[in-house]
Amino acid sequence: MKSFIVAPAPHVHGNDSVRRNMLLVILALMPAYCVSVYEFGWGALITAAISVCACVLTEWLISRYLLKEQKQTIGDLSAVLTGLLLAFNLPSNIEWWIVLIGAIVAIGVGKMSFGGLGQNPFNPALVGRVFLLISFPVQMTTWPIGKGFETSYLDAETGATPLYYLKHIVKSGDSSVLDQLPALKDAFFGFMGGSLGEISALALIIGGIILICCRVITWHIPVSIIATVALFAACTGWAGALPEGMTTCNYIGYELLSGGLMLGAFFMATDYVTSPMTAWGKIIFGIGIGFIMMVIRTWGAYPEGMSFAILIMNACVPLLNKFRPQRFGEKRK
Amino acid sequence: MRTFKIGGVHPQDNKQFSAHQPITECPLPKQAIIPLVQHIGAPTQAVVKEGDKVKVGELLAKAGGFVSANICSPVSGTVTKIGEWTDAWGAPGQAIFIDVQGDEWLPEIDRTPDIIRQCTLEPKAIIDKIAAAGIVGLGGACFPTHVKLLPPPGKKAEVLIVNGVECEPYLTCDHQLMLEHGEELIIGIQILKKALGVDRAIIGIENNKKDAIEHMTKLANASLGIEVMPLKLRYPQGGEKQLIDACIGRQVPSGALPIEVGAVVDNVATIYAVYEAVQKNKPLISRVMTVTGKHVAKPGNYSVRFGTPIEEVIALAGGVPANTGKIIGGGPMMGRAMDHVEGMPANKRLSGLLFLSQEESIRPEEENCIRCGKCVQACPMGLEPYLLQRLNELGMYDELEKHDVMDCIDCGCCVYTCPAHRRLLDGIRPGKAKVGAILRERAANK
Repeated sequence: MKSFIVAPAPHVHGNDSVRRNMLLVILALMPAYCVSVYEFGWGALITAAISVCACVLTEWLISRYLLKEQKQTIGDLSAVLTGLLLAFNLPSNIEWWIVLIGAIVAIGVGKMSFGGLGQNPFNPALVGRVFLLISFPVQMTTWPIGKGFETSYLDAETGATPLYYLKHIVKSGDSSVLDQLPALKDAFFGFMGGSLGEISALALIIGGIILICCRVITWHIPVSIIATVALFAACTGWAGALPEGMTTCNYIGYELLSGGLMLGAFFMATDYVTSPMTAWGKIIFGIGIGFIMMVIRTWGAYPEGMSFAILIMNACVPLLNKFRPQRFGEKRK
Repeated sequence: MRTFKIGGVHPQDNKQFSAHQPITECPLPKQAIIPLVQHIGAPTQAVVKEGDKVKVGELLAKAGGFVSANICSPVSGTVTKIGEWTDAWGAPGQAIFIDVQGDEWLPEIDRTPDIIRQCTLEPKAIIDKIAAAGIVGLGGACFPTHVKLLPPPGKKAEVLIVNGVECEPYLTCDHQLMLEHGEELIIGIQILKKALGVDRAIIGIENNKKDAIEHMTKLANASLGIEVMPLKLRYPQGGEKQLIDACIGRQVPSGALPIEVGAVVDNVATIYAVYEAVQKNKPLISRVMTVTGKHVAKPGNYSVRFGTPIEEVIALAGGVPANTGKIIGGGPMMGRAMDHVEGMPANKRLSGLLFLSQEESIRPEEENCIRCGKCVQACPMGLEPYLLQRLNELGMYDELEKHDVMDCIDCGCCVYTCPAHRRLLDGIRPGKAKVGAILRERAANK
């Protein structure tokens, strides 16, 4: 009697895989990366290369020699993605060894110490970034002015980002620095200072739409973050906190287009492992991030609060997972 | 175009292998093996004994309770043995073995190809005839049909929903049945409407069977109170609750039967059996089976008498392909992989045989859960498969119950969609069984 393979149903599988999802996110980051290379030249290339290589190497070393795993997981590309996202969150002219430290902390502390992919409560790239921000505050907050490949890697001319001025304007009501802000149009296309990958809102939105269309992420997190930020900014305007020469609409525009908002909303907050599982959980998660970020941007010590906001909400994910999906046949009260 | 509202996946339908293959009669076997349990509910009791001569259509085993179904003889010949038998999955059971002699039918069965349109029977008489014929739901669940036609007191059926969805990939038997026996199906639907006392019937057909939609629409337009509803392609649309949601936009509550929202659902194959039983006095003794797979020589739709060893059906389709890894009874999403084919007969439960090659049979290796939530998005019942699997692993059955594990319909969408290839159902099924046992125990203690 010939025996055949016995296994429980289902006997077919969709073509989705961890690797495919990671690859799609990496591809969706490419438009933004092209803008950074155009703006920052060698700095963008070198920083990303160091970060990606260091992340992959750290994961491999830890998994091979510390955890003594039989099977290596670097093939799932998640370490490559972490490396790329970390680079996107750094100034393009930062020293190579700082990038290296960031990558080791991101993968080593942020991810592998919890047991690798799927186990970490916090977004590894942001763990790396915030570690660097606290350890190297000067290097992490001086941003080069983009001049393409004419920008030299280390001695680039630096300048403050729009968020710095924005905070100054809102806090002190001083309208004299208004002309330091880039035109909204330039902020939208990415012709302004900032971290390596965060400058072009347009490129990031294109990437985000690719992810939503390919069903890698859902709309819930990005839309709820962006809507919350817009609403918060509008309230600031309506409350009369803006100086002469800055309209509410303009202010909303600057808040949305500058800093790490678009990068965070589409690529960092949507990290599978550290975001909630259900639609309602995701929406509340997004609202929380938008709100905390605006609180930090408005009153906090740092001009930018996206990283902190995401990390704080990461900690709330187990709680947010208590929001059940709507059951079939269940009536909502 | 309508569909159900929560979850679902979109597997490749792979129906091209056997689609539009005309229904072919499978020759009679030398020996027929008739399992005594071919439905959900109480087992049947044999009413024949060894040495008895039986004719086609004669009662072999009678229903063992209200929720049970008669088994009539699909062949004529001598009963040689009533006893132990093991199915293709290794589960033991009882079966009647008949040595086939000739093909002698009971005289009251109408074997002519004429279509009989008139039905003057009262609802009660129709239901009795359906019960006597041993008809069960041929869509897969095998729930006795006459039970569905007798709603519990206080409940009233409003609409009959006809399941022509055939959402399982590969299977084409229902599709072919609609194309070849559409007229009989319309008569069967009218009979069931009369039995239920409803004036509306909806035939739900998925959009990948455009010719069937067209054909049935034409026939339905010539009849009263039947409409065809084309549905957007989406698995598991053939699930009873999903189909009701898709067709009439009502959701059956957790733990309730379709009658709760005024619906009764029957599969097209079941309705064809009803037509034959009521109009031609022919009990349920055969069904159309799809034999298919990428490497099958002659994939097709075969009309097979119950009791026929499936080896003979496979031989008709060109034999077991050389590189076969899995043989699945049913479709690839919910069908069960057989250990062997020897000694396994066609029966009411078996809607098809699917041959998967060695490569197609290997389950992808499991990786860490990346908590993407795609299983939650895919679950058509709105459950959290990742959590249910984990809770079962931890043995937290109270929590499993609280998270509605009993609502799981085993459709496999979560496993199909998981990017980390996690075998969620392998954990959810035992959890469901355990919680089911706890619930039964609790009810017994009350």
